[in-house]
Amino acid sequence: MSTVDLGLPGLPGGLRGVPAATEPQNRKEYVSDQEVRWCPGCGDYAVLAAFQGFLPELGIKRENVAMVSGIGCSSRFPYYLSTYGMHSIHGRAPAIATGLATARPDLSVWVVTGDGDALSIGGNHLIHTLRRNVNLKILLFNNRIYGLTKGQYSPTSEPGKVTKSTPMGSVDTPFNPVSLALGAEATFVARTVDSDRKHLTSVLRAAAQHRGTSFVEIYQNCPIFNDNAFDAFKNPETRDDAIIPLVHGEPIRFGVDGHLGVVRDGFASLAVREVADLPGGESDLVVHDAHTEDPAYAFALSRLTDAGVLHQAPIGIFRQVDRPAYDDLVRQQITTATEAQGPGDLQQLITGTDTWTVD
Amino acid sequence: MTIEVKQLDRVVIRFAGDSGDGMQLTGDRFTAETASFGNDLSTLPNFPAEIRAPAGTLPGVSSFQLHFADHDILTPGDAPDVLIAMNPAALKANLKDVPRGSTIIVDTADFTARNLKRIGYDENPLESGELEAYHVVALNLTGMTVESVKEFGLSRKDASRAKNMYALGLVSWLFQRPVESTITFLETKFAGKPDIRDANIAAFRAGYNFGETAEEFSVRYEVKPAVMPTGNYRNISGNLALAYGLVAGAQRAGLAMVLGAYPITPASDVLHELSKLKRFNVTTIQAEDEIAGVGAALGASFGGALGVTTSSGPGISLKSETIGLGVMLELPLVVCDIQRAGPSTGMPTKTEQADLLQVMFGRNGEAPLPVLAAQSPADCFAIAVEATRIAVTYRTPVIVLSDGYLANGSEPWQIPAVESLPTIDPSFTVEPNATGADGKPTYLPYLRDPETLARAWAIPGTAGLDHRIGGLEKEDKTGNISYDPANHDLMIRTRQAKIDGIDVPPIAVDDPDGTAKVLVLGWGSTYGPIGAAVRRVRRVGGKIAQAHLRHLNPFPSNLGDLLKSYEKVLVPEMNLGQLAMLLRAKYLVDVVSYAQVRGMPLGAAELAEVIGNLVEETEGIDDDARHMGSAAASLTHGEALRAEPNGRSNGQLHESEGAR
Repeated sequence: MSTVDLGLPGLPGGLRGVPAATEPQNRKEYVSDQEVRWCPGCGDYAVLAAFQGFLPELGIKRENVAMVSGIGCSSRFPYYLSTYGMHSIHGRAPAIATGLATARPDLSVWVVTGDGDALSIGGNHLIHTLRRNVNLKILLFNNRIYGLTKGQYSPTSEPGKVTKSTPMGSVDTPFNPVSLALGAEATFVARTVDSDRKHLTSVLRAAAQHRGTSFVEIYQNCPIFNDNAFDAFKNPETRDDAIIPLVHGEPIRFGVDGHLGVVRDGFASLAVREVADLPGGESDLVVHDAHTEDPAYAFALSRLTDAGVLHQAPIGIFRQVDRPAYDDLVRQQITTATEAQGPGDLQQLITGTDTWTVD
Repeated sequence: MTIEVKQLDRVVIRFAGDSGDGMQLTGDRFTAETASFGNDLSTLPNFPAEIRAPAGTLPGVSSFQLHFADHDILTPGDAPDVLIAMNPAALKANLKDVPRGSTIIVDTADFTARNLKRIGYDENPLESGELEAYHVVALNLTGMTVESVKEFGLSRKDASRAKNMYALGLVSWLFQRPVESTITFLETKFAGKPDIRDANIAAFRAGYNFGETAEEFSVRYEVKPAVMPTGNYRNISGNLALAYGLVAGAQRAGLAMVLGAYPITPASDVLHELSKLKRFNVTTIQAEDEIAGVGAALGASFGGALGVTTSSGPGISLKSETIGLGVMLELPLVVCDIQRAGPSTGMPTKTEQADLLQVMFGRNGEAPLPVLAAQSPADCFAIAVEATRIAVTYRTPVIVLSDGYLANGSEPWQIPAVESLPTIDPSFTVEPNATGADGKPTYLPYLRDPETLARAWAIPGTAGLDHRIGGLEKEDKTGNISYDPANHDLMIRTRQAKIDGIDVPPIAVDDPDGTAKVLVLGWGSTYGPIGAAVRRVRRVGGKIAQAHLRHLNPFPSNLGDLLKSYEKVLVPEMNLGQLAMLLRAKYLVDVVSYAQVRGMPLGAAELAEVIGNLVEETEGIDDDARHMGSAAASLTHGEALRAEPNGRSNGQLHESEGAR
């Protein structure tokens, strides 16, 4: 089989092609008339509030925002936003959104999903969407449990997790969602926390502006079935040592008084060390570069997330690189074909070249 | 030597060889020559699922059958009058289908003791006398091909690959086919490989000239062009017609088309064809799986495009949940099921029509949707346009049933004028369609057209009409989530009423003098064999009515009355009686089911016997006194005999369909 030069287009922002709003918008305009029905204390409330507050600043027409979700608690999200929305079926939102984004370059398309929806039943669609780099934004609410079906372990639950379906403890090895996304060579991969509105908003902003698939893992608390799963990141006494902040262009240093830092450690891996123990001090620390082409660097960062009960994890944008978006390329082929041969003539098409006439 | 030219009214010819011998290409070319000559025709490719089964073995045999005539015909024919066998395995695998007295042209190059033994021949059948009842023309086609392309300096292996063109040339001579289009075809196909191009053309011409100069053949045959309605014609296969019909439907609706599909036999060619049509505003997404294929299509429909997905039975199983979502969302979606033999992986390259109940009912909950079935290769075009009309007008997923026989088979098609095709109006909602409780204009996504019960359809990007839809039960009109018992009952009944109320043309019946007591009712690709069988029965004096369903859900409104107006209704199907079950359930008519599931189209002769017996049984004729069925089945002397006044003087070709 031969290959052809696809004639890569420029690499514009994630909102290129979406019509701009003519007047400033406010948060209230994005609140729908539906009563929000998550459990009291659910982390989804915080994400919804942050999202409703963030959408107006994009400056695009509200009717050009489309939310697509799957099944699960988080997938109720579209009902609560006064935008176009589809609450679809379990795991299939990325596939449906791929068709929508490909058909409609004038929409800002968002997928809202959870750890069960995206990583179990919909795992295949997730990795292929990331691989293709369709211009859509995926928000994965990770509460590390099945909430809507009442408390079974999920593909991100820690080994040994005792739930209704694992009375003797889960024997599954969990996914690290960020590692998975990077393995699929996603071009934008980030992680944030439901309760840190400022950080959450900054990540959403960067995700919206990225051309291609943006993958955002949001640590989100389920107060009913998996309360305090992310306590280490929220408790003022522990969070400084738990959160490894990723800021592009800055050394990765954290902990109380910045006593911890990330250094290169062996072949293609990274490690957390006491800065005081480093011969060169801060100058030995890795300076975060989210634009590193080779996903191995971001992958190594993702491995600093401990797989068991979470005590430490990088938070921020792991990777942000430019690669042509699938839907742009698909539309460009249509444009190229049309320009080369002119718009299709249906009569000519169906007639073909081998005809005969009966008089 | 003078060569006699005999007039025939019809011929069935079968090319058979190894999977790698190019038999499908040879058949396609002979078909194109025949179509351009103006005969009516019908084709049946038959090939193994293995891309290259071991050479010279029985499972590796691939064949292509073509029936062509000076009158309109309905099937690719039950049995070949001429078999071209390119090796011993092709001879052995096909001989059982060839009636005694037929012509067998065989390439002797591979008839070595070892090859023969491999497929279970202890003796060379060309020498043992077991083919005495046939007119055998044994030629070293491979050897002659190699000789004819010597000047091009190809290896023996490459040179011998042109043997299919040599055989095609010979058969083109025998039946006086016009050859220009094949030469043009070879010039184009191998434009980049001059050696191969020249060798193939040389072999093709050499085969033709061999017929002219050698003394193997004392007779050439002529089948005059068929008398067909005036118009412009082309030959077309079912899958190509389906692809073109989908594009035509989208264009008539003024919608961009998005196909989401995953490769699967025998549907992949629809994906291939549509992938070439980008400048018709056709987007094709080869998805990661069947589920994503239909998902992408439905997402595109949500965005205001025509979402289409194409697959076969196993893929339809995977798509079921998303199709159910489409039923709930009430969005247009065209789902094409090119059926193949099942269950499970079944026989991928063999035909069947056993997905009817799956597409009717294979979803959770009450999830009705329209089902259409094409009756011939060319009809796939019209069915696709009709499916688009229904999907867009009624905002619903629509199932189109084709099958492997229609998909790969071909026939002449009177090319329609595009402007004669129906226009389809998506009638998008662009303004509020109701007044809210607060007195302000509002949009109700599930407000319905009182005539069609189709819901309002506003697409993303329409200001002021933003709304949310999903798989959860909808409240009437608003589309908000509702668990209200009365509302659920109302919505279930409304969705059913919408499908039941789809405007479907009445079914026509062919009952020449209106006195038949037996009706044969079919659906889908059995149209051809049923029609041929009905002709046979009529020819021996049987009174029989025929009707064919293209709309399977909803049924035409006159179907119940039609069924009740006959004493007996016979329903032939390539399944165990799925339509029969639906008819009995809906109309309480005790139809007679005739079921064959062999992975092959129904045989016309076999079916004629069943019909003849049923006609006599209905007339009250005792079992042992019946003769009509056997007479209709064994009709072998028809127009061909009239063309040969001395009867079967040279015994080479004969009529087997008995059709006119």
